[in-house]
Amino acid sequence: MDIIQHLLGGFLIAFEPLNLGLVVVGVTVGLFIGAMPGLGSVNGVAILLPLTFLVPPTSAIIFLAAIYYGAMYGGAISSIMLGIPGASTAVATTFDGRPLALKGLADKALIAAAVASFFGGTISIILFTGFAPALASVALDFGDQEIFALMLLAFATFVGLGGDDIAKTVFSICIGLVFSAVGMDIISGTPRLVFFDIIGFLHGINFLVLAIGVYGIGEMLWTIDSTRGNPMMSKVEVSASRTVSHLKDVLKEWKPAWIGSLLGFFVGILPAAGATPGALMAYGISKMTSKTPENYGKGDVGGVIAPEAANNAASTGAMLPMLTLGIPGSPTTAILLGGMVIWGLVPGPMMFIEQSDFVWGLTASLYAANFFAVIINILFIPVFLYVLKMPFTVLAPIIFVLCLVGGYAPTEDMHDVWLMVIFGFGAYALRKLDYPLAPAVLAIVLGPIAEPALRQSLIISGGDATVFFTRPIAGPITMIAIVLLLLPLVQVYRKKRKQAKNAEV
Amino acid sequence: MKISRRCLMGLAVFAGLGLAVNASAQAFEPVKPVDFIIMAGKGGGADKMARLMQTIVEKHKMASKPLIPINKPGGSGAEALVHVQNAKDQDHTIMVTLNSFYTTPMRQPGLGVDSMKFAPVARMAEDTFLLWVHKDSGLTSFEQWVDHVKSVGDQWVMGGTGKLQEDQLITDFLNSNFDLKMKYVPYKGGGTVAKQVAGKHINSSVNNPSEIEGFYNAGVAIPLVAFTKERLDKFPNAPTMIEKGQDFAYYMQRSVVGAPGMSADAQAYYTSLFKKVFDSKEWQDYRASKSLYGDFLSGAELQAYWKVNNETHRKMLAKAGAS
Repeated sequence: MDIIQHLLGGFLIAFEPLNLGLVVVGVTVGLFIGAMPGLGSVNGVAILLPLTFLVPPTSAIIFLAAIYYGAMYGGAISSIMLGIPGASTAVATTFDGRPLALKGLADKALIAAAVASFFGGTISIILFTGFAPALASVALDFGDQEIFALMLLAFATFVGLGGDDIAKTVFSICIGLVFSAVGMDIISGTPRLVFFDIIGFLHGINFLVLAIGVYGIGEMLWTIDSTRGNPMMSKVEVSASRTVSHLKDVLKEWKPAWIGSLLGFFVGILPAAGATPGALMAYGISKMTSKTPENYGKGDVGGVIAPEAANNAASTGAMLPMLTLGIPGSPTTAILLGGMVIWGLVPGPMMFIEQSDFVWGLTASLYAANFFAVIINILFIPVFLYVLKMPFTVLAPIIFVLCLVGGYAPTEDMHDVWLMVIFGFGAYALRKLDYPLAPAVLAIVLGPIAEPALRQSLIISGGDATVFFTRPIAGPITMIAIVLLLLPLVQVYRKKRKQAKNAEV
Repeated sequence: MKISRRCLMGLAVFAGLGLAVNASAQAFEPVKPVDFIIMAGKGGGADKMARLMQTIVEKHKMASKPLIPINKPGGSGAEALVHVQNAKDQDHTIMVTLNSFYTTPMRQPGLGVDSMKFAPVARMAEDTFLLWVHKDSGLTSFEQWVDHVKSVGDQWVMGGTGKLQEDQLITDFLNSNFDLKMKYVPYKGGGTVAKQVAGKHINSSVNNPSEIEGFYNAGVAIPLVAFTKERLDKFPNAPTMIEKGQDFAYYMQRSVVGAPGMSADAQAYYTSLFKKVFDSKEWQDYRASKSLYGDFLSGAELQAYWKVNNETHRKMLAKAGAS
């Protein structure tokens, strides 16, 4: 077995003292960067890239990959503890992580996030080890038509879910789509929806600005309102027996873990997608296939496991096109790619042959990074829980400051901070009126991927929309998406018939 | 010679303000970290190059204060141009530019940006363009390509980065000079375009070598013609457009500019800093491996180069019916 031999060779490289040390340091640094709202793996890797010129390229990429991994773990922490997505990839984790924390089950949510991250990471590295070159060609087969079909499917999973008010869900998606359209339109090459000619709208609305506005500021306003300024903070205790019993509960949730891992890995492979859409889709599909979808959004452990497994799986997946095709699958891998170019490595189909030491050293260190990340993460849980013991009057200003930092960090523009505050108030108002806000966040993430793909497909086909049905990969995906979109109508019809029948009796 | 000319220019600008009259060219030292604006998003070609420059400066400790890369990708560079034009601290704001330095102010006159007013610091390179097809297309020469594309009319899809930017200007040139009817599809970045060629979702592209070299090395993407004055060392089998009887060569500038109103001393400081970067082994290796062209230019020479290119782009855009 060639692969096993290569991998063993890789482990020898990964377990060199320097590299192993870098893995541990990288994972720990990444954990904290990920936990800071607004700072995610992109920022961590970009900031620390120049530092890596002190060590050989293989060690450098191992360090950066460890940061990348650590940040994926860390992103969940503030999502759960504070309700602010710690990193863009952890937006979906807030949906259920926060309610769990409010129920006093923050430790359970954190354990679920750590274990799911480990599971997703491990599954995806195994897939990566075994099938990297083959999967690279699958990624190439995904053209604009396929990408659009996939995005349609992602939207469908959010609309087609029973429980939420469908009209309100669609409205929420539409708001997200409008926001996602702000800024430069690459197809026509002109700016659009630049409100009041404010220059800050030219770069579009960063979705973190919306997500932090909604989940940070909006959530805080909601808490103040619903508790009349006298919120009960949940009491969380840490004990070994509690941890073990949570761990047992979490390990029973194998379905969302598998959904998250496989879907996350697959979406991660596709260029232009990355971990954030992967995690959102995993959440949607996990909710759809759950026996108790009505619990999602109210604190279901599955709603933490699916996106956390997915974002770690996607981060490994995103490295695949980076190494094999030279195309980054996520913003973070784009920076990694830049680093590789500076180190004099040429990513591309030849890399597995010409730079096999590098590739296998990296692969082996991903196993190691994953292992250390879960251990370090679980060890830190008591420290994180301490945050929840602070009185709300102390916690609220901290959250507010973190929100401001998080809104400023991605674009370093005060414009976005103001926008975020406005979104926070808007979100609070919409929540009062019982609108679901997750679909808006989903739309602002997926809109910029779906819209150009749709228009590019239609330009290529000369306006012929049947391409979405006739192409071998796009066709089935589109069909499934349409069925999911129609599902709620069928349900409504059934309900009416049932009511009619009951009335007759 | 270059330095004195630059000084004179700076003096001419600042004599009226009574500044910098007696200062020598090296008197300026940044007193705080320098904003290093990048006219593109994280991970793109321009971003990679800017971060390479920053890394070289850091690695060899060329500057006392660091360069802080800030991405301003909005509006095809509009956001970056406006930001730098309005910079409050002109002596600590520099920017890496591309050809959208010319085209964006022409296409968005509402911005009120005049590129020619920016301080010319250094031209670090010119990136090159080639015409690429997938090896399965069976096309091996430019003549064959022209014949084939003519025969399929608007079924031929050319992909490129952005609308009415570099790639489309070259596509327009090909369409009008060889009587072709290619369809042009804009994408967000050169890497995506290269992937579309490799996945056979589009038929051809005019990628920079750095964007598509992985697929070239794997034998998937084949260059048919180079839009350069001479053949490129790395692609000796790709003839130039000039060999094909068209007087056409097109490059993408990779230059560093300062905010309008930057003091002459500061400008001299940045020029000498980027000259050091240019001369470093890393940069020279990068130039060679990515088939970059263009010598180091600064001061009045760079300004003159801009003026020529600005007019060229104005004409190209007018032809494309968009200025």
